[in-house]
Amino acid sequence: MSTPAQLEGNQLYVVTSDHMSRGRILAGRALMWGAALVLLLMVVVQGLRENESISFGFETWRPVLYAYAFWAVCLCIGQVLTRGEQGKRALFVLPGVLFVVSMVIFPILFGIYISLTDWNLSSLTGRKFNGVDNFVQMAGDSFYWNALKNMVYYVLAISVEYAIAFGLALLLNAQIRARKFFRVAFLLPLMLSPVAVSWMVGKSMMEIRFGPLANLGRFLGWETPSFFGTAEIARLTMMVMDAWTFIPFMMIMLLAGLQALPKDVVEAAKVDGASRWTTFWHVTFPLMLPVSITAILIRIIFKLKLADIIINVTAGGPGGATDTVTSFIFREYRDRSNVGYGTLLAMVYLVLIIVFITLLLKLVRRWMRQSY
Amino acid sequence: MSAETGQIFKDAAPDLKFRAKWYTRRVLIYGTLLFWTVICLFPIYWTATTSFKIAPDVMQGHLIPWADFEPAWRGWRSLGLSPQTIFETSTVREEFLKRFTNSVITSLAASALAVVLGSMAAYGLSRFTYRLKFIKNRDISFFFLSQLILPPVVLALPFLVLYKELALLDSHIGLILLYTLMVLPIVIWIMRDQFSAIPVELEEAALVDGLSVWKAFLQIVLPIALPGMIAAFILSLVLCWNEYFFAALLTSTDAKTIPVMVASQTGSQGINWWSMAALSFAAILPLVIIGIVLERFIIKGMAAGAVK
Repeated sequence: MSTPAQLEGNQLYVVTSDHMSRGRILAGRALMWGAALVLLLMVVVQGLRENESISFGFETWRPVLYAYAFWAVCLCIGQVLTRGEQGKRALFVLPGVLFVVSMVIFPILFGIYISLTDWNLSSLTGRKFNGVDNFVQMAGDSFYWNALKNMVYYVLAISVEYAIAFGLALLLNAQIRARKFFRVAFLLPLMLSPVAVSWMVGKSMMEIRFGPLANLGRFLGWETPSFFGTAEIARLTMMVMDAWTFIPFMMIMLLAGLQALPKDVVEAAKVDGASRWTTFWHVTFPLMLPVSITAILIRIIFKLKLADIIINVTAGGPGGATDTVTSFIFREYRDRSNVGYGTLLAMVYLVLIIVFITLLLKLVRRWMRQSY
Repeated sequence: MSAETGQIFKDAAPDLKFRAKWYTRRVLIYGTLLFWTVICLFPIYWTATTSFKIAPDVMQGHLIPWADFEPAWRGWRSLGLSPQTIFETSTVREEFLKRFTNSVITSLAASALAVVLGSMAAYGLSRFTYRLKFIKNRDISFFFLSQLILPPVVLALPFLVLYKELALLDSHIGLILLYTLMVLPIVIWIMRDQFSAIPVELEEAALVDGLSVWKAFLQIVLPIALPGMIAAFILSLVLCWNEYFFAALLTSTDAKTIPVMVASQTGSQGINWWSMAALSFAAILPLVIIGIVLERFIIKGMAAGAVK
């Protein structure tokens, strides 16, 4: 993350003095407010129709979306009209902000509302507000807590992934031939779709009768090479499969970090007679700490979204041992169409993630400052 | 160190102990590298070969084509993509091609949209000071990047309901909008890095020459930042192509993408491995090719956040 000093150092300062006529400003304001009024009107009409207070209006809410897009465009034009040069600058960020706000903030607010309702899409009664009932149900839902506990295991597995990724990055950074070949080969797992991987590895290579991994297991003396038999082994298998896909990601980030290391420091350590081992632990590793932390943080964020391979290989089994929160909620919806409860679980998960990541950032920030 | 010193010592009185140590190291390094290469490539190799196997070959665990088993077009025929069936009508092939096109459309459109929106936002944030009440640049940046931690599952169910109301369920546009949202923080992350590496004097000169801010951005800055944009685009493409969760929830017949098709076949096909292998391989092939050809852009994109 950039510090404010960095940001300000590269800023473009331009003094402009554009005089805007009164008419122009008024036109801009009229445009913005006019479009907002159209949007508001359509929302009200459609809302009343939904309520069955009036009979006219549109079939779906789609036209309201168009009205929103129209308002967004008018807002952008209005900015330029009313604020001139400043407005043109705002135009860089405004579309992105409008897009994300409408795609995130609104659905989340809507989600908070859904999560307080009893709403089963397959039942005929529709939704009804039920306050904290979903919370009560969650408190007693051992499968959800189990999924959260599994997430802790999955996140802890990152430490092993990190060690392997660091090792591979060091190897790729060594003086080797065919470096490009190895780099491409190591990168490929990341490119594969997790769904395809779950068939390729989870369903066929680990097939107990004639999957090559099962055969290898038998060859190595494992009597019953069942990769999803017991809870521990199943979880470990999922960790390994996920690691297989994502180790290249950390490896590339660490490799970039290694290549950007100041060469003279490492060479100075060698001249001073430090062994490889000491050089690594006292020079390379501390210098790599910021990059490492960034890589691990991003990896944790991705890990918290883990679902595809779980859904497709074990569907959470055996007995919820491999469940992640996402795959659990996915099944809650798929099997029971339980939108209200599922959304509440997701919201609670979001709050937990935000708290966790915030604490982690705080912790890491202090640590990084010390290491510099 | 070992390489240079090794070469100096090669013609002089050989320091045997040193040479032995050097060779052991080399063997260890290449051994590990090859070992990991096998781990990375074997599943791809396995899928590719299995798509040419028939049942007995699968069951006897044959691995090497021609030596172990005689390759057959079995799997590809069931997809309608083998030489014999390619000119015949095949419902499976049509289905596959439709899903494939859906994936291409959604991932290309979403990546393009994300790169456009993301580049603009990143440029604005790296060059100008915004202030809206208490909201400053830092807050806007944080707002964009914080979307990265938002798990898809939080948005999935609200979007399911909202899209139903908006008649966007099972449509390309609905999926494109969500995918754009999903990759936007990554694009902004990469592009902000790109723009802050471009000296601001370039634009200052352009502005002195009478270009407007937007002209300077489009004509001067963008061409320089193009490699970064390509990197962001490719990375977005990979993420969108592989996305399964939203597609599984929000599409059913029209807009279904390749991963959803693969997933739906996984359960139903039982032991029909050759066709599953052919399907999986066809699904991963585009990205394997992209990975091999455009590797340097992918690496550039992923390294953007690492090195400051």
